[in-house]
Amino acid sequence: MSDAKPDKTLDARGLMCPLPVVRASQAIKEVPVGGVLEILATDPGALSDIPAWAKSQGHEVLSVERNKDKIRFLIKRTK
Amino acid sequence: MSEGAKRVAIIVSKNTLDMAYPPLILAVTAAAMGMEVYLFFTFWGMYLLEKGGAKKAKLPGIMRLFTGMMEGKMQKVGVPPLEEMMKQAKEMGVKFYACQTTMDVLGVMREDLWEGVDDVVGAATFMNIAKDADVTLFI
Repeated sequence: MSDAKPDKTLDARGLMCPLPVVRASQAIKEVPVGGVLEILATDPGALSDIPAWAKSQGHEVLSVERNKDKIRFLIKRTK
Repeated sequence: MSEGAKRVAIIVSKNTLDMAYPPLILAVTAAAMGMEVYLFFTFWGMYLLEKGGAKKAKLPGIMRLFTGMMEGKMQKVGVPPLEEMMKQAKEMGVKFYACQTTMDVLGVMREDLWEGVDDVVGAATFMNIAKDADVTLFI
């Protein structure tokens, strides 16, 4: 599932709370329903914030990958 | 707003940098999560609603001297300046209300207010909105 090709990538690296979530809410609008938004972040707070945001909007968290230098989320837009 | 959307009501009573950022950060986050957000500016918070007011926010007391340093740090981690956060919040549908009595007490006129202010209201309006709010904060 973490190989799903995203429809759009949001590079939120270097941005701190609340920006990753704010940008995500704007970016998801540009993804077709059923499509996938890839979010890259460095803010450790995003680890809990992005899934919390996705949950509040009813979107599906396909995967969360944590590398040395970044966190990568794949979010499916459900509506 | 859709039925079932959570509501957030925040009273903003101060205009120092450390007290102005939290309500705005919370507001944009809540808005990003699909919540209805209402901000009520009263007492010193009113100064944030004046045209150019947000630019003047400083750290409180003696820490005033470190305002520039803190602003620099915020810029470095990517947090926008207050004025920009207010515009962002506005774009995301956050409502900005000014307290009528505060305006009378501080001598602030409607013409002095930032164009993003939705209305000038009283405490009963706040209470009416807050009574159905899921999150209510006094900052």
